[in-house]
Amino acid sequence: MVHIAPPLEIHDLTVSYDRKPVLYGVDAVVEAGSLVGVVGPNGAGKSTLIKTIMGIVQPNGGWVKIFGQPYKKAVTRVGYVPQRESVDWDFPVSVMDVVLMGRYGHAGFMRRVSKRDREIAVECLEKVNMLPFSDRQIGNLSGGQQQRVFLARALAQESDLYLMDEPFAGVDAATETAIVELLRDLKDRGKTLIVVHHDLSSAREYFDKLMLLNMRLVAFGAMEETFTPDLLQKTYGGRLTILSDVAGQAAGRSEFEQEGNPKL
Amino acid sequence: MLLVFFAFPALVHATRIGGVTDLDWSEQTFRFLSLRDAAVRNAVLGSVFMGVSCGLFGGYVVARRLALFGDTLSHAVLPGVALGFLWSRTKDPLAIFVGATVAGLLGTVVVAWIRKTTRVKEDSALGLVLSGFYAVGICILTVIQEMEFGNQSGIDKFLFGQAAALSSEDVGLMGLVAIGALLMVTLFNKELLVTSFDEGFARSVGVPVEFMRYVLLVGLTFAVVTSLQAVGVVLVSALLITPAATAYLLTDRMGTLLLLSTLFGVAGGLFGSYGSFLGNNLPTGPFMVLACTSFFVVAFFCGPKHGLISKWLRRRNRVRQVSFENTMKAAYQVLEAGDFSKESVTVGALAARRRQSVAEARREADDLVKAGFASLLCSDHTGPRYSQDARLSLTPAGWERACQIVRNHRLWELYLTNEARYAADHVHEDAEKIEHVLGEKVVRHLERILKDPRRDPHGSAIPSLEDIERGAGLSTNPASATGYFRQN
Repeated sequence: MVHIAPPLEIHDLTVSYDRKPVLYGVDAVVEAGSLVGVVGPNGAGKSTLIKTIMGIVQPNGGWVKIFGQPYKKAVTRVGYVPQRESVDWDFPVSVMDVVLMGRYGHAGFMRRVSKRDREIAVECLEKVNMLPFSDRQIGNLSGGQQQRVFLARALAQESDLYLMDEPFAGVDAATETAIVELLRDLKDRGKTLIVVHHDLSSAREYFDKLMLLNMRLVAFGAMEETFTPDLLQKTYGGRLTILSDVAGQAAGRSEFEQEGNPKL
Repeated sequence: MLLVFFAFPALVHATRIGGVTDLDWSEQTFRFLSLRDAAVRNAVLGSVFMGVSCGLFGGYVVARRLALFGDTLSHAVLPGVALGFLWSRTKDPLAIFVGATVAGLLGTVVVAWIRKTTRVKEDSALGLVLSGFYAVGICILTVIQEMEFGNQSGIDKFLFGQAAALSSEDVGLMGLVAIGALLMVTLFNKELLVTSFDEGFARSVGVPVEFMRYVLLVGLTFAVVTSLQAVGVVLVSALLITPAATAYLLTDRMGTLLLLSTLFGVAGGLFGSYGSFLGNNLPTGPFMVLACTSFFVVAFFCGPKHGLISKWLRRRNRVRQVSFENTMKAAYQVLEAGDFSKESVTVGALAARRRQSVAEARREADDLVKAGFASLLCSDHTGPRYSQDARLSLTPAGWERACQIVRNHRLWELYLTNEARYAADHVHEDAEKIEHVLGEKVVRHLERILKDPRRDPHGSAIPSLEDIERGAGLSTNPASATGYFRQN
């Protein structure tokens, strides 16, 4: 093959919840071996972007290609770390059970996980220093430990592209350092990582590339080109809120018109 | 095989147990246990099948927090039951099954539709559908009972359940659903687990989430519909929720939860049909739910991990432990005050140290002796006058524990003053509590941070490993030793 497809290609992606746009015409091509931080204010659509790439949320327009293929065909090549609050931590599963879920995509539909899968899960738990906890129910862990379980599960997916939604949220300093090391290590092994991050100040040292998002893609590129006062102001400052306000109003108005409600 | 057996009800004499009224309790029990009557056998087998299917689906209902949904589904089937009956004009299991399934699924569709198109939230939508469908069902049932074929139909059994009224066909249908539930759990074990725990992740690893939800929904509907006759529309949701909730109190693993939930479901079903049988065919539903609920109550109080009584016992143990440790610590401090020149302390000195009455100190000393941490030398007389002079000496185990506690206390004080910058007169209260819970790992960590200290902030010596090995009262200067743990 002459042309090697990039790990992630997004074209004119538009997503909305209940007719209210969340992402608007996002284009991006992420090269292999990138360590990308996705930053933007609350409600900028960072999580939505990740979920749309993963096929969890359906876009209204545009498309996503993973290694040149639609998501469904590239399932085993993508690893995912959802937000920690997205699951019920009282659920009756052990740490090991959760990490093994990372092997489900490889095991295939209706197949049991193999001995090899278990070995991989053990290795991944070891990498995040959680092996001593493998029999623990997941609710009996600290926030940092829970996050490391999610990371181990993603590692067990043995993917080439990783999408992580706020892996640093609510973790202790030791876990934060461990995660950064893990990200660097993955990147050095040629993996591509896209990480949603909430803290601008640390984003600069953690990532190589930055994706500035506020409903629109404000900028995407190397850290030194994107971490500029001008672009950050554009992302976090007031100017773009006009866009989202107007879009929200437009959506609201069409809703009211449909329901025949004259009040606004 | 069992199904074949049940296809020949002619082998038995009595088909209805309700006809016999003058039997006593033990004879009724014997009849129930011997499974002589076809009706009893149907009831028993039906209860087992129902327990299996409701227990398994219930496990997912509880783990996925769908209890309210299960409740709605079970009430929404009623109009379907009534219409199925109206259509076939007899209690035809298949017609009722089809009617109930359609009504149940329609109910879930309506819930989803309301939620999607209006701002009414899920819980209200569920409540709406539950009551609305149920009311429609009751109306049709009333109409049926006024028709000429309605009276002897047995349609009223669907409200509160009557396991004895189960026909072989009913039981066959229940068996099929139970087998289906078992198959589902075996085949889709990991898919159901991951969709229940983390739906987004499940989708990302290519699990057909919609399909799994559909499988679960249809299976759940089947389980509810086939259980209706045994337990009744009103209480069938309890059979989904209670056994699984009981299991949830007892385990932290999905597999075990499903197994326990099934067992509780089956046991509840059996006890329920037995109770109803004893009471001459009272409605089965309340009995079954009563049995399941009593399991829950027992687990709630006596569960080994989360049970109230177990928690209380653990707390009491801890209090006892702390009291032991405080007495031993006091003994150490008395010995220390005497420069370790003696090997034993008087109970009177202990009482003075702990600001207790002599009687209290004596009682605690006796407890220590019973636990093997000390021995007591005293006259045969009792009473405070004699206790005062009784001499307590720590056994090696008691001495070791006393050293550990004092060491924990003083290390913690030192840690607070040196590292956390507490004032020296602020640390004692805190250390009084912490000393009892510091694990060996933390103690080693503290030693490393504090570089194997010898003296606490108040200038007292911190007991070391050598002090423990030496035993009480053999040296005069514990500070001569190095670390608590041997150096490598």
